[in-house]
Amino acid sequence: MAFEKSLKINLNNFKKEIKEIPTREGFGNGLLVLGEKNSNVVVLSADVAQSTRCDKFANKFPERFFQIGIAEQNLAAIASGMGVSNKIPFISAYSVFSPGRNLEQIRTTIAYNNSNVKIAGHHTGLLTGYDGATHQALEDIAIMRTLPNMKVIVPCDAIEAEKATIASTKISGPVYIRLAREKTPVFTSKKTPFIPGKADVFWKSSAKPKVVIIGCGPILYNVLLAAEELDKEGIGTIVLNNHTIKPLDEKKIINFAKKYGAVVTVEEHSILGGLGSAIAELLAKNCPAPMEFVGTKDVFGESGHPKDLWKKYGLETENIKTAVKKALKRK
Amino acid sequence: MENLREEKIKFLEEVANQLRRDVIEMLAESGTGHPAGALGMAEIFSAFYFHILKHNPKKPDWPERDRLVLSNGHTCPILYAAMSRAGYFPIEELKTFRKINSRLQGHPSRKALPGIETSSGPLGEGLSQAIGMALCARTSNLRSKYRTYCIMSDAEQNCGNIWEAAMFAGNKRLSNLTAIIDRNNIQSDGTTEEIMPLEPLKEKYESFNWEVLEIDGHNVESFIDAVSEAQAIYEKPTIIIARTIAGKGVDFMEADYKWHGTAPTKEQAKEALKELKKEKSSII
Repeated sequence: MAFEKSLKINLNNFKKEIKEIPTREGFGNGLLVLGEKNSNVVVLSADVAQSTRCDKFANKFPERFFQIGIAEQNLAAIASGMGVSNKIPFISAYSVFSPGRNLEQIRTTIAYNNSNVKIAGHHTGLLTGYDGATHQALEDIAIMRTLPNMKVIVPCDAIEAEKATIASTKISGPVYIRLAREKTPVFTSKKTPFIPGKADVFWKSSAKPKVVIIGCGPILYNVLLAAEELDKEGIGTIVLNNHTIKPLDEKKIINFAKKYGAVVTVEEHSILGGLGSAIAELLAKNCPAPMEFVGTKDVFGESGHPKDLWKKYGLETENIKTAVKKALKRK
Repeated sequence: MENLREEKIKFLEEVANQLRRDVIEMLAESGTGHPAGALGMAEIFSAFYFHILKHNPKKPDWPERDRLVLSNGHTCPILYAAMSRAGYFPIEELKTFRKINSRLQGHPSRKALPGIETSSGPLGEGLSQAIGMALCARTSNLRSKYRTYCIMSDAEQNCGNIWEAAMFAGNKRLSNLTAIIDRNNIQSDGTTEEIMPLEPLKEKYESFNWEVLEIDGHNVESFIDAVSEAQAIYEKPTIIIARTIAGKGVDFMEADYKWHGTAPTKEQAKEALKELKKEKSSII
């Protein structure tokens, strides 16, 4: 096996019967930890406390939970006022509405003010499933990473989501955390390092790596499966978990692109403006390399089981393998 | 808040006149900006910065200070004038308004200028932010140490965000929050009642569980009395509908929506300053 041992990835679980938990659950657990640790942490939700998993925090710390109702603009702007009054507010809502509906409130009152608000964007990607295109955010990374002062984190599993939630309070100023509804494999462990802004190697093939695959979010599991299969075919890769889209781990990404010469980015987000774009902007200037982008094209999603959607929209292991081979050919 | 004496009222009126002069000079100097709303709120800003607010211009981040959120950020010339006259920054700096590298941004920026509670300009967002601050005053160790005020325009009552906020504050009975509506009846494209009628405005807020007081916004004494009354209402938030005249004090600007966002020329400014004659007894 070529999983990075130092990362203590849960190898035993890396099988078909791997445990699956949604990243939103990790967020909810993180809030509970924070509730105990830091009395300045408050949570606000827009009538989605249960489905965004802040209900446990609400029950345990009712005086620090604020039910705003279906009013995402009010949600963001109230949190902004609290964030400049020594609180650490988390706003928890569906990403299509927050930052979808309240983008201007986030831009002016949170980002421009540099208010200490943590924005949990839920139900992102096709993983939202049956609710369909109206509830599947595929553009949120692109939107949020263009706001000055904003940091953007995309956890790959429930454990990393819990770590990201807790770590976000150590960052001064606004942070966006991207979360998903559907349960997905838990392949990191409590011991896997997580430092915002630092990309970690999750896989290095036994065959000499010729392509670096950079991924974020739950789809990273598919990346690892693809890397393993490619390895068997004699195609060596190295896989980076790039959980922080902003700020990027620039030095490491440039070094890897230089060293391995071809890059594939993988995200459950539009290929317009997301992780792939961020990497491309960086490399175009510092180290141009052949790049392939795995993500949704310029399209909306639709209703269906998440697995069927990933297949239809080209986010499966097979798609990642094809992209790696294409990148390799272009070297 | 100290008791109002006759001399103090006169002083506040003089300050209001000085603030109007500052507004005209700033706008003429920059050649851009929004005069109508700014001039109309001179008494309100005089009352706030020279009588009502518990604040320390030398310590703008004093945790116990009262919070004043200006939601209709385009009227910031009056805010800058009041802040500089109160001692937050040198009066000379008013000349930099809207110029490059200035702390006096075209719409206020919290990060640029200490003492600005929140960046504003995009309308309809101030009340929510003020609610956030008022909630914190309730839940932290600063309990009851400060009050939160939010100044809004009448026109921005068009924005949906305001009514989300109004519903929330009514629900939470946020009595430590006082909002003020500058009811000057104008907006960019015409009068408020032509563009999107607001009346009956009082009844709207009452039905959202707010206490509503209506006063003459150019009468310093009645405005201060209304703010005092709001402090004595414990079961709900209060909104003061301050009836004002847009462009007040400058005859050719008064009650004309065309002065919402047009700066006077240097010539027009001279004429305006003649009207706003500096009184001899002026103390600031």
